Amino acid sequence: MTADEIKEVILEIIQDIDDEADLDSIAPDKPLRDQLELDSMDFLDIVMELRKRYKLQIPEADYPELATLDSCVRYLAPKLQGA
Amino acid sequence: MNNRPDHKRIVITGIGLAAPNASNLQDFRRKVLNGESGVGEIELRYVGRVPAGICTFDETRYRKKKENKRGTRAGCLGVYAAREALADAGLEAGGRYGLERTGVYIGLTEHGTVETENEIYAISQYNYNVDYWTHHHNPRTVLNNPAGEITMNLGVTGPHYSVGGACAAGNAALIQGAQMLLLDEVDLAIAGGISESTGSFGIFASFRAQGALAMHQDPGQACRPFDMERNGIVVAEGACVYILERLDRALARGARIYGEIAGHAMNSDARDFVHPYGPRQAECMALALRRAGLRPCDIDIISTHATGTKQGDIEECSAIAQVFRDCPDTYINNTKSIIGHAMGAAGVLELAGNLPSFADGMVHPTINCEDLDPGCALPNLVLDRPLEGKKIRTILNNSFGMVGINSVVIVRAFEG
Repeated sequence: MTADEIKEVILEIIQDIDDEADLDSIAPDKPLRDQLELDSMDFLDIVMELRKRYKLQIPEADYPELATLDSCVRYLAPKLQGA
Repeated sequence: MNNRPDHKRIVITGIGLAAPNASNLQDFRRKVLNGESGVGEIELRYVGRVPAGICTFDETRYRKKKENKRGTRAGCLGVYAAREALADAGLEAGGRYGLERTGVYIGLTEHGTVETENEIYAISQYNYNVDYWTHHHNPRTVLNNPAGEITMNLGVTGPHYSVGGACAAGNAALIQGAQMLLLDEVDLAIAGGISESTGSFGIFASFRAQGALAMHQDPGQACRPFDMERNGIVVAEGACVYILERLDRALARGARIYGEIAGHAMNSDARDFVHPYGPRQAECMALALRRAGLRPCDIDIISTHATGTKQGDIEECSAIAQVFRDCPDTYINNTKSIIGHAMGAAGVLELAGNLPSFADGMVHPTINCEDLDPGCALPNLVLDRPLEGKKIRTILNNSFGMVGINSVVIVRAFEG
């Protein structure tokens, strides 16, 4: 999966959580939670959706790796190779 | 009649509702007067097609789709009804009454059944691996969930909790709200009942297993209390929330007053898991009357609980016959025949269907009773067509439930 495809997946999941979220103005290097109305439960929704879609088990210690779109790509790219 | 000081009298000043046939009191009243059924048919997981009462209302009028998705159907129904009730009362949360002096009391027949069933179905798609069980499960299924969702929406910081009372829960929550005002625990009580039970296959399947699930070719005719052909309950969803205030405060702000809670009672059969018991229901009605300082014949409308089960309807009718002997001006009706059984919301929705009688002088009919069961043949049953031109001053609202819970609320027109 390419970096753009991973970003697309994350944005799609966020869109599904909140269809009113303004996804166009998201800065990829800034924390998602600062830019969107996302709280810890929403964040867990993202983790759960990744688990459902790709059977990815993300340990709690790694949650900070999903803070920004860019860090999501860095963290997920090796795990989604071939996905 | 009433010697209580104004600050010890509780009045209803706002009503918000979502019923299977209406999403506000005016439409609801018009439809119950016309006997327009709100019962349709749904396709339910594992169970198939069944008659049910489903509500259509503006689900995103008062909160975002995201919040509805995170919360429960009960929360969605409750927030809508609570906000409609406040608006109807001409109040805003935290306006005239402090947010910390506002309480939310919600009656539920059950809660968490729908969410748990859905989640088990969801993990069945993942070989029952609980790693896929949602983190939303606990906040969705705690028993205070619907009341809590209302407080979050309104910013209310006073008490909130649910009153679990099977199908007597709506009345029970109304009583709870009134009592909390009388105890000076709060200055504004947001009290009512909610049902999301149509989302649970288990509830339908359990009624079916018990031989108590209504079936009819025409779903609108499935709920037929007092009729010889009745064959069970039509489950409905819904919500009805009342704004309760002390009379002195309501008068001071010039509130429109729907009626006064004149008396109430609750008791227990203490004998059977499912079968209702007429003699105890009669005691409950008699106690409510005594507390209201009224004689049986002072009651103008008895809003029955009857659900359309063979034995349940007969028990209630025998109880009414015992308490209300020779009361030629006491009329009897049944709202469930029109909207189905809205479980935790049933008692309060049925009361709301009747309250406008104080203003319009009409008694709404019971529908679908074509062949009256002799065991239910009470005098003054209002069938098919509304009764008009009556001076209605008092309504006695019955609501009973499983495991032997009985509740009665008497509301009197406010006449100063």
